[in-house]
Amino acid sequence: MADDRRRSAYELLKGFWTENPILVMVLGMCPTLAVTTSAINGLTMGLAVVFVLTASSVIISLVRNIIPKEVRIPTFIVIIATFVTMVDLFLKAFFLDLSKALGPFIPLIVVNCIILGRAEAFASKNNVWLSFLDALGVSLGFTVTLIFLGGVREILGMRTFFGMKVLGKGFEPMIIMLLPPGAFLTLGFMLGAKNLIDRKLKEKRGGKVGH
Amino acid sequence: MQNRAKMIIILTLFALVSGLVLSVVYLFSNPFIQKNMLAEQKKAIFAVVPNANSYEEKEKNGLKYFECKDSSGNVVGYALPAKGNGYQGEIKLMIGLSPDLKTITGLEVLEQVETPGLGGRISEESFLNQFKGIKDEPQVEYVKNKKPEKPNQIKAITGATISSRSVVAIINKFIKQFKGE
Repeated sequence: MADDRRRSAYELLKGFWTENPILVMVLGMCPTLAVTTSAINGLTMGLAVVFVLTASSVIISLVRNIIPKEVRIPTFIVIIATFVTMVDLFLKAFFLDLSKALGPFIPLIVVNCIILGRAEAFASKNNVWLSFLDALGVSLGFTVTLIFLGGVREILGMRTFFGMKVLGKGFEPMIIMLLPPGAFLTLGFMLGAKNLIDRKLKEKRGGKVGH
Repeated sequence: MQNRAKMIIILTLFALVSGLVLSVVYLFSNPFIQKNMLAEQKKAIFAVVPNANSYEEKEKNGLKYFECKDSSGNVVGYALPAKGNGYQGEIKLMIGLSPDLKTITGLEVLEQVETPGLGGRISEESFLNQFKGIKDEPQVEYVKNKKPEKPNQIKAITGATISSRSVVAIINKFIKQFKGE
């Protein structure tokens, strides 16, 4: 029982740090780099992925035993595309402004390798509950990372965070942060920072064992 | 052989269910999407033609346009939907024109897929407001990194010259065709 709970907690939390889809798996780079010009874009993109990944992982896990393995990829894609189209129509019907801001990147979630990656690596091999936790954790980890990336670029590039002014007139907005190089620079620093923190943590733990 | 049949049946089944689910979602969301589009169109027309109270769809020189009237029935201007290629995809605009067709009374972006934060800023007020009251003769022009000096000029967005240029090019093309030049 305790093991079960620990396993569940692990599957839910790993997406935020140890198996973060952006910082560790380095998947889904196209939307990661392209839409994160502001924090709100990162949040919307992230939530769309939360819905698509969680829903498709649950369905894929449910039907995993009846799908012949030769046609599993096309079947997964059909399931994923169904949910993506639902999100796209939903945003167009109720959040037109956000739908316009994200443009083609919502339909492109279909080919986002995080989704197919989780379907192939996890949901097709595990039960529904664990697949649900895995999908939720990975997609929320994706969302948090996108908000951070979008937030940094928005603050440095437009002096705002979620549309609110946070930096004064004295700070010259760095247009490059809104351009593709800004995305690569920020992502590079984030990857570096994560590795640095991991190494420091490891050294600390190693030091303790030595005593 | 049996396996192949199973593959075909399963994949077909999933595609059928998917089609069914999407049809239902589409039927449910389509009225909202249509309503949004009409509301957007109406909002855009009233935004680009000041004092407009009602509008009527008409056609001239192969172009669809909206003739706008005030509350006493006088023609106060025209709203002209226009579209063309931007930096990354199609840009759809609504151009407001004075009754004599010499002045642009306003501009709205209906749809665009330009880079968010850069070309995407063609949808922002600060860019669109520049078009209010400028002359379209001989044609609309843009300047870079300096203040517009002539009555037919606007300032391009820094870092998004191609998107700005596209908007200006679309405006010129459609106004020319509308005037029948």
